[in-house]
Amino acid sequence: MKYEVITKEDLPPFVNGLLSEIEVVGVKRKDGKFYFDRIESYDELCLDYDVTLIPPKKYLLPPNETLLKFSLGEAIQVEPFIDAAPRIILGVHPYDIKAIELMDAVFSDSNPDANYMERRRNTVIVGVDCRNPSPNAFCPSMGTATTETGFDLMLTDIGEQYVVAIGSEKGEELLKKHARTRQATEADLAQRKAVREEALAKYKLSIKAAVEEIPELLERNYDHPLWEELAAKCLSCGSCTMVCPTCVCFDVQDDVELNLTGGWRFRQWDSCMLQGFAKVATGENFREDRTSRLRHRYFRKGNYMLKRYGKLGCVGCGRCIGACLAEIASPVEAYNRLKEGS
Amino acid sequence: MREKESIYLPKLAELVRTEGLTERERLFELKLRNGDELGHQPGQFVELSIFGVGEAPLSISSSPTKKGSFEVGVRAVGNVTNALHRLEKGATVGIRGPFGNGFPLDRLKGQDVLIVAGGIGLVPLRSLVNYIEDNRQDFGRVLLLFGCRTLQEQLFVGELDHWRASKDFEYYESVDRCEDPSWKGQVGVITTLFPQFTIAPEKTYAVIVGPPVMYRFVIAECKNKGIPDDQILLSLERRMKCGVGKCGHCQINNVYVCQEGPVFTYSELKNLEEAI
Ligand SMILES: Cc1cc2nc3c(=O)[nH]c(=O)nc-3n(C[C@H](O)[C@H](O)[C@H](O)COP(=O)(O)OP(=O)(O)OC[C@H]3O[C@@H](n4cnc5c(N)ncnc54)[C@H](O)[C@@H]3O)c2cc1C
Ligand code: SF4
Ligand code: SF4
Ligand code: FES
Repeated sequence: MKYEVITKEDLPPFVNGLLSEIEVVGVKRKDGKFYFDRIESYDELCLDYDVTLIPPKKYLLPPNETLLKFSLGEAIQVEPFIDAAPRIILGVHPYDIKAIELMDAVFSDSNPDANYMERRRNTVIVGVDCRNPSPNAFCPSMGTATTETGFDLMLTDIGEQYVVAIGSEKGEELLKKHARTRQATEADLAQRKAVREEALAKYKLSIKAAVEEIPELLERNYDHPLWEELAAKCLSCGSCTMVCPTCVCFDVQDDVELNLTGGWRFRQWDSCMLQGFAKVATGENFREDRTSRLRHRYFRKGNYMLKRYGKLGCVGCGRCIGACLAEIASPVEAYNRLKEGS
Repeated sequence: MREKESIYLPKLAELVRTEGLTERERLFELKLRNGDELGHQPGQFVELSIFGVGEAPLSISSSPTKKGSFEVGVRAVGNVTNALHRLEKGATVGIRGPFGNGFPLDRLKGQDVLIVAGGIGLVPLRSLVNYIEDNRQDFGRVLLLFGCRTLQEQLFVGELDHWRASKDFEYYESVDRCEDPSWKGQVGVITTLFPQFTIAPEKTYAVIVGPPVMYRFVIAECKNKGIPDDQILLSLERRMKCGVGKCGHCQINNVYVCQEGPVFTYSELKNLEEAI
């Protein structure tokens, strides 16, 4: 991989240069919380944050997305609808990049999803290493605290300057065009390494099992009383899945114009934690009880996705831990309970 | 893999004929507007759109040996299915698919086939029965068991008459309850038909489609007869919102029914905790 260095003084012109060319989404701060949003200038951008409320997933799989447009009446016509406006997502943390890699696997698998794939191709990902992790994060346990893949550019704050890892030609081009940089030296890279290691020491949570052990740990404990114990407190609210960067399930519905001349079909985020997720029209509900839904979420993250897509479905961001009012959505606690009991 | 077009874009199809089957179920014959054949296998399904209402997964009820059009048999239960029931000849719907694996014809060929249909399970199985009838020499003995709750719920009554009389099939039927004194057939659940015949289990494949409650009991009867687990085939219904392995609704543990199914062998299912 090639590495460049950009000074903190040269960063604003770089970002503003990008802004002159293409839509840029970045992390903003409000009331001590962080969120991804479109930025108009460098000044709105925050590059030192712990975690955003909602992952950048919303720019690749929008919460509500039109799939088709159709006209009604005598001669029905239907057309696919794909909104894939080019965009840079700036300041994505490694765990969220890992989650995007998993989404890529899901949506390119066997029947490639043009809506996602088009948008993904038109999205540039500029990552930033996380120096001050959220108290709920456990990325080191999941192997997601840093990443060497999945980005076009990756920034690491080494004090007065950033090391920029170049992950793609597109990234290199943008950097060349808009930024003043110099080649990174051995010393820069050593500092980058030190900064990353320093951040590792700041994580508060960890899983007592090795990441490779998790799928098997779950499999052995399908009937463990833990699931029922946690489910007894579950509100079936779906918050844990709404904030999760690897939750990709959706519902599909139609809507029509008020004058009934046409309409559109859209998908929207859905959640396997909601009661009706597996219910069929004749009334049969294949995950009727909360225990089976809660277990499904844990197994999907820690086992099923690995089997299907070759990647674990949890990247350790800890968003679910913060989002769950009942305090039962933590993968750390669940895995550790199982590990202790085994 | 680079996608060619939207996997969510339906082809337009014309409703060329509809026919009442029972009080709740109707048959719909459809033709793709572009003139293409659907190109399906027995046991596959389509996603049928009524634009402005939504989409529903429906088994293809006709055999691929019937060219030029295809059929679905539909119970009116909700938005899409009721809207479909209201459509008239000439109406336009959308079709995606065919999806799913279908019945494994390669494995069934040359073997004896025991077809067990409960209620509207006959809708998908009819595609297999009609296929076998059109390729009768490729199969061994074919036993056809059909059970439903009441006589009024029997579908495809014309075809039932034909199967009763046909030498191609050994036909058995039951109704759970019956007040009609002219009914001379079996009264009782479908499993009560099993003592009436013998089979050579090592070369018999059971193909079972019916309501979820039926599976456990019918599987037990098949095992009783000595049919190996990997020769017991079932088609499963799950909630489906995409049919192409993306929406996540059809999952049984780590299995996507729309992709790996809807037809499974019992040996594939018996270790899947959520399956039956
Ligand atoms: C592979 C496959 C093959 C099938 N083949 C056939 C077939 O050949 N013939 C046939 O008739 N059917 C078949 N079905 C079933 C068919 O797909 C459903 O009946 C159909 O999808 C119902 O759609 P709808 O829009 O009419 O009902 P909907 O309007 O979606 O729902 C009907 C009922 O379900 C309830 N409901 C809907 N969503 C929820 C929710 N989220 N939570 C709680 N309740 C909810 C509604 O209140 C309503 O009572 C098949 C299903 C599958 C998966
Ligand atoms: S399960 Fe929780 S910790 Fe894991 S990726 Fe999802 S939100 Fe983050
Ligand atoms: S685990 Fe927590 S966040 Fe998830 S559905 Fe249950 S109560 Fe809601
Ligand atoms: S129906 Fe959407 S994944 Fe199977």
